[in-house]
Amino acid sequence: MVTIITVLSKYIIIIMGAVYTLSCFTLFRPSNANRQQLLLNRQLRHLYVFHFFCYLVLFLHAETLKVLWFYLAQVIFIGAVQLLYGKVYKEGSRLITNNMCFLLTLGFTMLTRLNFDLAVKQYLIVSVCIVAFSFIPHVIGTVKGFSKYRIFYGVFGLLFLSSVFVIGTRKNGAVNWINIAGIALQPSEFVKILFIFFVASMLARSMEFKNIAITTAVAALYVIVLVLEKDLGGALLFFIIYLVMLFVATGKKIYFFAGILSGSVAAFIAFKLFSHVQTRVNAWLDPWSIIDGGGMQIAQSLFAIGTGGWLGLGLGEGMPYKIPVVVSDFVFSAIAEELGTIFALCLILVCVSCFVLFVDIAMQNRVMFYKLLALGFGVCYIFQVFLTVGGVTKFIPSTGVTLPFVSYGGSSIASSVIIFNIIQGLYIKAHSEEAVNGRTVQKKKERRTKEYDWEE
Amino acid sequence: MEGPFKRKKKEEPRNMIGKNRRRGRLEDKTENSAKKRTEEEARSYAESHFLQEEQGRDNEKNDQLTKEDILKIRQILEAEEKEKKQQELQEQDEFLSDTEQRSEKRKRILWKKQKENGNEEEVIEEETSKPVEKDPRDQAGINRQILKVAYLFAGLFLVLMGYIGYFVGADSKNIITNSRNERQELFAKSVIRGNIETSDGEVLAKTEVAEDGTEKRVYPQGRQYAHVVGYTIKGKYGLESAQNYNLLTSNANFFERLYHTLRNEKSQGDTVVTTLNSRLQKAAYDAIGDRKGAAIVMEPSTGKILAMVSRPDFDPNTLSDDWAYINSEAEQENSRLLNRATQGLYPPGSTYKIITALEYMRENTNYKDYHYNCEGESVFHSVSIECYNKHRHGEEDFYESFANSCNTSFANIGTSLNKKKWADLCEELLFNKALPVSFPYSKSSFVLNGKSDDEEVPQTAIGQGKTLMSPLHNVMITSAIANGGVLMKPYLVDQIENYTGGSVRKFTGKAYGALMTAGEAEELTAMMKQVVEEGTASYLSGRSYTVAGKTGSAEFKEGEPAHAWFTGFAPADNPEIAVCVIIENVGAGSTYAVPAASKIFDAYFSGK
Repeated sequence: MVTIITVLSKYIIIIMGAVYTLSCFTLFRPSNANRQQLLLNRQLRHLYVFHFFCYLVLFLHAETLKVLWFYLAQVIFIGAVQLLYGKVYKEGSRLITNNMCFLLTLGFTMLTRLNFDLAVKQYLIVSVCIVAFSFIPHVIGTVKGFSKYRIFYGVFGLLFLSSVFVIGTRKNGAVNWINIAGIALQPSEFVKILFIFFVASMLARSMEFKNIAITTAVAALYVIVLVLEKDLGGALLFFIIYLVMLFVATGKKIYFFAGILSGSVAAFIAFKLFSHVQTRVNAWLDPWSIIDGGGMQIAQSLFAIGTGGWLGLGLGEGMPYKIPVVVSDFVFSAIAEELGTIFALCLILVCVSCFVLFVDIAMQNRVMFYKLLALGFGVCYIFQVFLTVGGVTKFIPSTGVTLPFVSYGGSSIASSVIIFNIIQGLYIKAHSEEAVNGRTVQKKKERRTKEYDWEE
Repeated sequence: MEGPFKRKKKEEPRNMIGKNRRRGRLEDKTENSAKKRTEEEARSYAESHFLQEEQGRDNEKNDQLTKEDILKIRQILEAEEKEKKQQELQEQDEFLSDTEQRSEKRKRILWKKQKENGNEEEVIEEETSKPVEKDPRDQAGINRQILKVAYLFAGLFLVLMGYIGYFVGADSKNIITNSRNERQELFAKSVIRGNIETSDGEVLAKTEVAEDGTEKRVYPQGRQYAHVVGYTIKGKYGLESAQNYNLLTSNANFFERLYHTLRNEKSQGDTVVTTLNSRLQKAAYDAIGDRKGAAIVMEPSTGKILAMVSRPDFDPNTLSDDWAYINSEAEQENSRLLNRATQGLYPPGSTYKIITALEYMRENTNYKDYHYNCEGESVFHSVSIECYNKHRHGEEDFYESFANSCNTSFANIGTSLNKKKWADLCEELLFNKALPVSFPYSKSSFVLNGKSDDEEVPQTAIGQGKTLMSPLHNVMITSAIANGGVLMKPYLVDQIENYTGGSVRKFTGKAYGALMTAGEAEELTAMMKQVVEEGTASYLSGRSYTVAGKTGSAEFKEGEPAHAWFTGFAPADNPEIAVCVIIENVGAGSTYAVPAASKIFDAYFSGK
């Protein structure tokens, strides 16, 4: 009996994942508000079904009641989150909330399977963060003049980032953690938010070359600090974010290509100079020959993904704990191993759909600063997903970044929650009454004077 | 409204905001037009604001508007305008640059002054601190850039997903069969390990399931195939290791598998059909007998390995009981667990002369003119070289030197060779290099190079010195000669079938490449034929099939009988099998290895 349920559940989980992913994209098709609500409700139901079957299998495997209690706690959690964003932020994006819930429940599921205590810890961190940062969309929506504090963002961000040199502790080979009151924090996760604010405010202010030069110099400083911290993933992330924001703000292709070129040169130099870069690149090129050393992570990850195949081995049936760092950086491999590659690809698509949402918000916002902000966060999110998925599948050398919302990690969760809340705020801004009215007024003006402008 | 592309369609401002289309000008027009408004203008003004919004209204209805109505409308509009102006000016500051703001403010002040003075008609002089630049930051342009970026990332992810799909679909099989992948053990929970069989249907390994469900791995053919089939206890070895994944995968009928899964039963694993031939394997096994040695039989045209024997051996059925004994001190010299055919390294002895001859041929196009007078022993570069039993061969040409396996002649040839080119040839022939096979093996070594002393040459030329080769490598070179110079990659698995015989996957021979030209192969073939017709392998002559080959007697220790080598192929003109035999520590190749090889040839040709 149990076997039948487990086998059936395995297929249902994969189907639900695919259905959920599909619903993400069908919500992009223009339709009236009522239909949107219908689709969103349906999507939420899919989420609940997916969640249920995941925990059904976990419960059958663990046979302990605590799994059941945890599941109920999560159901309450999802309900609370939906309520918060549905009722309090009526103009917010329900799609973003749904996606956040999906990723979180997936994270809880994998962590429950891998390490129950960490799962509970993650749950608590998420709950605290959601509550603590729930004011952010409101702040973004109402407070104006964020762009004025550009100098503050730039300097404070740099200082915070550099704090690891002063009060840093080593973890997993990288010196990018600090310990405050017993809590381990990764400053780069928070600093990236400040960084994006900084770049957005600088680039929105003026297109003068002097301005751009200063911004580039400061951004380079950030990247260098990260390289010195041996946080290659972070350095690459900041670099790409800046490059994209610069390209969009100035519209000059030359900045983009010059950036890519200098980035490649810098990467090459880094490869020659730093041994830890060499280890990663060697592990990427041929993990099999150093399978007991630097190639262990990638080899185990590929074994996991390959052995899982398209349909996965089943939740609880694989050996994901053979992969080092599986709860954070390599959680994608565990997902592919147990839930299957089809499901893993659906997960990637959900992340891409989130990115598309962010891009849409960036395009809809008419104020340059907010545009750049939305774009910056969008690129930050999606490029991080790319780095982590690419790294564990040997597409690119692994860089030690986490999968937002799914991986275990307090700083990662906190910064992801902040970013999604900011995006919610920007969404509200773009779709608010004023904005809508602004556009109607705009249309009136258009008819009268045949002139366009881009102010609200 | 959530739609990334919806917005683009509906609102696409066309014009750029240049400095001459400032806010100020806009307001200017508004004020002017409001002041200048006549009845008609008010009407059209009202039209544009209210009446066009409502679709389907007739123009006739406009006539119904009274004067009062129009005035009222005008007043409301003006008030509206003033309100909006304030708000807009405020928000404008958010994205105008400092300089622009300053110039803007200056303009507004100027403008106000002029208004008070009633000079609205005057064109306002644009006061700008900087020359007008084309401002590229317009909505549509920025949105276009954003879209480009979005497409870029979408493309990136498409490639990533394609890569993952390719990995799981096509590439993963090769990776997960890595013996370090412990997840394969999970398969054993739901699959009964499959059979290993010869190409002619003999079962070499199978799992017997008892009444109570316990499984036992059984090897019906036992010792004969001990090394090539391998074992699964105490780590995996041989085909049991290399084919672990396939043996633990069941490709039985899908519904059958589902039925088993739901009933918590195991499905039957796939069968690995090897390229081995039971008749040849037995012949080779018996030919070596109780001596230490190895034999390997290969099909030159495809690369299939038809037989692989290594002795001393062990009984895989009782391996776990025998383990301690096999690994004990007393048994160390037997090295029973070692597959001598692939991993045994020996001095090649005279079989190496094939390579010396090849190098000489390459360096001297007039090699047919070679002649030498053998006196049984001679000194080359202060190294003394003797022919076997100090036999005097007398006047010899190139072919005779080879057929007689004359050491002094070949030492002489060796001294004339260019050491660097010689070393390069050996590398081309896969010495010191990885062999193109998928099972474990030992690399052959050839240490002579361009910088070596001359004193090393004579011994190396006759296959002694520091050179080491495996029987596998030797038969590969022989196969290449038999196959017109082209080496086919040796392989052991012919196909994978499910347990009912349905084909799952078939493997075919793949070429490695040419080790020598076809002309060189032909010449060597002729020389090797002569070895059989008139030379040291004459035991093999006068049969229904013609053999071409080379004997070898490899000295490895002072005072100890040599290792007996033979490597060759038959039929000489249209080769079907290549054979390499080595028997350790017995004596001359022609005395010991050649008869053993003949048994293998007989077994092959008698069965046809």
